[in-house]
Amino acid sequence: MKPAAFDYIRADSTDEIVHLLAEYGEDARILAGGQSLMAALNMRLAQPRVLIDISRVEDLSTIRVNRGWMQLGAAVTQRAAEMVVRDESTVPLLAQALPHLGHFQTRNRGTVCGSIAHADPSAELPLCLATLGGTVELRSRRRRRRVAAEEFFRGVLTTAREADELIESVRFPLANKQTRYGFVEVSMRHGDFALVALAATVSGEEVRLGVGGVADRPWVQTLPLSTGTDLDAALEDLAWKLGAQDDQHASARYRRHLVRNLGAQLINRLRS
Amino acid sequence: MKKFPHGQHTIALKLNGMARSGQCEPRTLLSDFLRSRMGTTGVHVGCEHGVCGACTITIDGVAQRACLTLAVAADGRDVRTVEGLADNTGALSELQSAFRKHHALQCGFCTPGILMSCADFLTRVPDPDETQVREMLSGHLCRCTGYSNIVAAILDVAAGRKKDVADA
Repeated sequence: MKPAAFDYIRADSTDEIVHLLAEYGEDARILAGGQSLMAALNMRLAQPRVLIDISRVEDLSTIRVNRGWMQLGAAVTQRAAEMVVRDESTVPLLAQALPHLGHFQTRNRGTVCGSIAHADPSAELPLCLATLGGTVELRSRRRRRRVAAEEFFRGVLTTAREADELIESVRFPLANKQTRYGFVEVSMRHGDFALVALAATVSGEEVRLGVGGVADRPWVQTLPLSTGTDLDAALEDLAWKLGAQDDQHASARYRRHLVRNLGAQLINRLRS
Repeated sequence: MKKFPHGQHTIALKLNGMARSGQCEPRTLLSDFLRSRMGTTGVHVGCEHGVCGACTITIDGVAQRACLTLAVAADGRDVRTVEGLADNTGALSELQSAFRKHHALQCGFCTPGILMSCADFLTRVPDPDETQVREMLSGHLCRCTGYSNIVAAILDVAAGRKKDVADA
């Protein structure tokens, strides 16, 4: 339970980080809060040659709320985000989801962008980003690009980020007054990874339902809510479409059950 | 930027109010550095992947896992461990006294981490309800005391502080 040897570099600026990533590529890993990466290093699931610590880069520690977006830099902690979203005009879905994310002690250190970069299929932040239609801003020495969340998550712990790219920030759309937001999850203990997590936005006659913990990435489905549509049937289709699998935490059958039943509860709560 | 290639490096930090320095490798965990180099063995090591909470300390006043922190990353920081709670005469802090009064520890393995979490938590949430205390405690595993007495001790400290403020 001790990490293998590596070189550690504490970066002072974003320019330094992208130069280091250009130099070391896949041999390097970015260390921000380390709440996923350090555990992986301790268990030697990851053995990078170089660790680039970005936690002290001031440019990356900023939260900007303007022009319809909340933009969070790569070093912004989950705790800092939690403070900002207490204001309900920002991102109400995050206000509901963040308390489920790990524990007080890990949110103090863990970063928002780090969780997005890690891309655990049952993690709350990738689910919220995908459901809200947020974006990931990537920067390398070569270029800057913006990738929609639904394009970014490619599979279990797999994203569209290339080896020389830094997730410089992520952007969540700000609350729309005509939209209602809801989040619910089931886990073994409070703060554990979700067996199933659901995020939903309801506006007009439509719901965007995001499902975490079932498929290999956060899955977002738009369902009609107009009178005469059979929501239960739509959720049944969705539950099967996600390809749930048995694992040591829960059976595929139980996960489908949660998608159907929690999904219906959540959507009905938001409609009423 | 500052580079720490594989090998031994000297880092300096403030530990429980005192300037200290010691040697570590880049891969040395802060929990191991504090125990083996600094002698603060109140930093208990349980799971070493951030789940059990026994190694929780504060860095710049914020409670976090020492086992998920590299010692080199704490270079220049203000670190506090359970050894820093009691004063120089050894008199227990009010939090420690409340744990004693409420029998909030039995074997004591998880206790230092819980105390350090509380030190941060109670400054940010000075008047918590039981649900908030239990939510904070979800980041700690206790396998023998049971949580009820721990919750009672924390609520007692919060109530005492509130009374102190009211009386002042």
